[in-house]
Amino acid sequence: MTTRRRITSLLAAGLAATLALSACGGSEDEGGPDAQGRTSIEMWVFAELHGTYYEAMAEQWNEKNPDKQIKLDVTVFPYDEMHNKLQLAVNSGKGLPDVVDIEVNKFSNFVSEDGRTPLADLSEAAEPYEDDIVQARMDLYNREGKQLGFPTHVGAQVAFYNVPLMEKAGVDYKTIKTWDDFKAAGAEYHKATGKAFGIASTDTNIVQPLIMAQLGGNLFDEDGNVTVNSPKVVEAVEMLQDMQKAGAISTIPGGSPDIEEAYGPINDGEYAAVVYPAWYTSRFVDYMPDLAGDIAIAPAPIVEGGEVATIGGGGTGTAVIDSSPDKEFAMEWLAFAKLSPEANVAVWEELGFDPVNMSVWEDEEVTHNPENKFNKYFRTNLFDVLNQVKGDIGHFESFADPNLPKVDEVFTTSTYNQIFGDGVPAKKALDQAQADLENQLE
Amino acid sequence: MVVLRRLLYSQRAAPYLFIAPFVITLLAFWMLPLARTFMLSTQEVVFGQAAFVGLDNYQRLWEDRLFWKAMFNSARYMVLTIALLIPIPLVLAALINSKIGSDRVKAVFKASMFVPALTSVVVAGIIFRLMFAETGTGLMNQIVGLVGLDPVRWLRIDTGGLIALLALAMWRWTGVNILYFLAGMQAIPEEYYEAATIDGAGRLQQFFHITLPNLKPTIVYVTTISVYGGLAMFLESFMLYRGNASPNDQGLTVIGYLYRRGIEQNDLGFASAVGVVLLVVIMAINLTFLTLSGTFKKESAR
Repeated sequence: MTTRRRITSLLAAGLAATLALSACGGSEDEGGPDAQGRTSIEMWVFAELHGTYYEAMAEQWNEKNPDKQIKLDVTVFPYDEMHNKLQLAVNSGKGLPDVVDIEVNKFSNFVSEDGRTPLADLSEAAEPYEDDIVQARMDLYNREGKQLGFPTHVGAQVAFYNVPLMEKAGVDYKTIKTWDDFKAAGAEYHKATGKAFGIASTDTNIVQPLIMAQLGGNLFDEDGNVTVNSPKVVEAVEMLQDMQKAGAISTIPGGSPDIEEAYGPINDGEYAAVVYPAWYTSRFVDYMPDLAGDIAIAPAPIVEGGEVATIGGGGTGTAVIDSSPDKEFAMEWLAFAKLSPEANVAVWEELGFDPVNMSVWEDEEVTHNPENKFNKYFRTNLFDVLNQVKGDIGHFESFADPNLPKVDEVFTTSTYNQIFGDGVPAKKALDQAQADLENQLE
Repeated sequence: MVVLRRLLYSQRAAPYLFIAPFVITLLAFWMLPLARTFMLSTQEVVFGQAAFVGLDNYQRLWEDRLFWKAMFNSARYMVLTIALLIPIPLVLAALINSKIGSDRVKAVFKASMFVPALTSVVVAGIIFRLMFAETGTGLMNQIVGLVGLDPVRWLRIDTGGLIALLALAMWRWTGVNILYFLAGMQAIPEEYYEAATIDGAGRLQQFFHITLPNLKPTIVYVTTISVYGGLAMFLESFMLYRGNASPNDQGLTVIGYLYRRGIEQNDLGFASAVGVVLLVVIMAINLTFLTLSGTFKKESAR
């Protein structure tokens, strides 16, 4: 009798467990405003700072639109986890957020080569702001006429110089205009101090594309085939390799300037020059407090007779999921949160990024505010530098290619490590990358 | 109720009823996913829509340099972990099992060797990453500095990364393997040793002629799980290199590659093919090994 009762209860427990499992995932948001007239928007981001920023923008929106309030629910995930989670969610079609931040190198994972995408077309929502926005940055997230994401910043690449260190070595940063100047100054600095000058990144693909774009090169040909060993690309990487041989750039712990291991050495004066996108200002202010007052911002070195002066580097495209029940509302809010002048002032003041809305660049009250923590930190004003190169900020076409994520992966794990870490000739390493990629993309 | 009683008392049906939970779990959580993986490996999946592509994924896999690199890395790790993690714990277990030393000291030693197995790999990976940092202040670089050597860029060179991975594996699994061997040794009847002592056999002779042969089932078991564990290693490398990307892919394992292609690059079909190949390789190695070591033979035939 006891045996039987035990079995019956076991069966009952099993049944209960099955029921509980199948009951999961029941509470889906049906869309539309709730009882208090607030529309719930679920958002995923991969940087905590971005989350704070969107929450501030939701508050501003609610002040302006008492009739259609937003209830923003931001979840911050680590970088890889967020993109992987999103990838799995779009494959299964379940558990998707309404709005999501997608990093530029991952963006193409969410548009198939034949144009299929789980992301909504934001063109209409962008219209009211279109004229003031840097077009090159919008193009980054535009696929065949569909605007699939809104940019966060321009990320124009600039140069950061540690002035006291360079003065001690007798090198004047103001004389550096071209990469040749940079190389000569770096070699001189290295000779005088025995320390590293610039940085050879092995783990990011940001400065290398700058030179490729300046030379007019591209990672893909017109039909979208990979051409990572094309002459201009090889030339760009060879230029960097020559700089490394001359002592003007060196590898850094962590493999890129933008990683915890690297902030320490830069802060300690082990490196005197960083060429990186304008958003690197925030890294100086947040992670390298000892250098306050030492760093001057200047235009990035150029190639004489080159195609463009600088390009944007890095970036985050914010997208709305097409299947979201609150798609229209989310699109409207997002356009406000990312493209409006108010939003762009906040992008500079909160995040220290160079905003995509150009009208902000001219607003001296905002850009030269002496109380601003970024203005206090740097010797020169970021916007003075940006306005110098304003008309000459190019768009590197390869950044919008559907296969960029794969190229980026090969470059940052293998190719640049071989070139700058192991001293493999640039041509040879790029030939190898080309062969690997051809096989992967077949 | 009558039906149930008849079922429970039936000599033929009752055993099936009792193993049913296991069989159902196996079917639902092992065979089904496995069949689904086989199916996926012949498809191309884009945003949830699958298209049949035949053996295309396998063909791309065969020509893929990175897959072979990952295979090589995993195989190398497996061979080296087996080479380290069988003899060393075996000797340590023999020492603990012997009459040398105080029991209390040995108990503390045993416990402290086992603690790492209870630690999360995630935490351990982060600590090891810091220990093997390339800056001069990292623990390992301070140690090599004592010998007068320059700092080593541990995780940026192939051997350095391998040493870190093996150190992590040693730290984590030595204690567990000691326990396996210790359990095996304590099952060996004391009379064997007594008889050997009377016949004048020394300690070493006893170890090689009594302990080792009697430990064979344990050694076979530990080797089998090590083959699987070595080839399926992923998390250790993932944590040590803080992500799936390592310089020159020196830390890329087969599972890491599966994860990269399937989850990071949205190519689930290809990733499934990687998984299928890994399963075949592991089964082939283990079945060969188990056959050669005689595990499948009937008790009487041994």
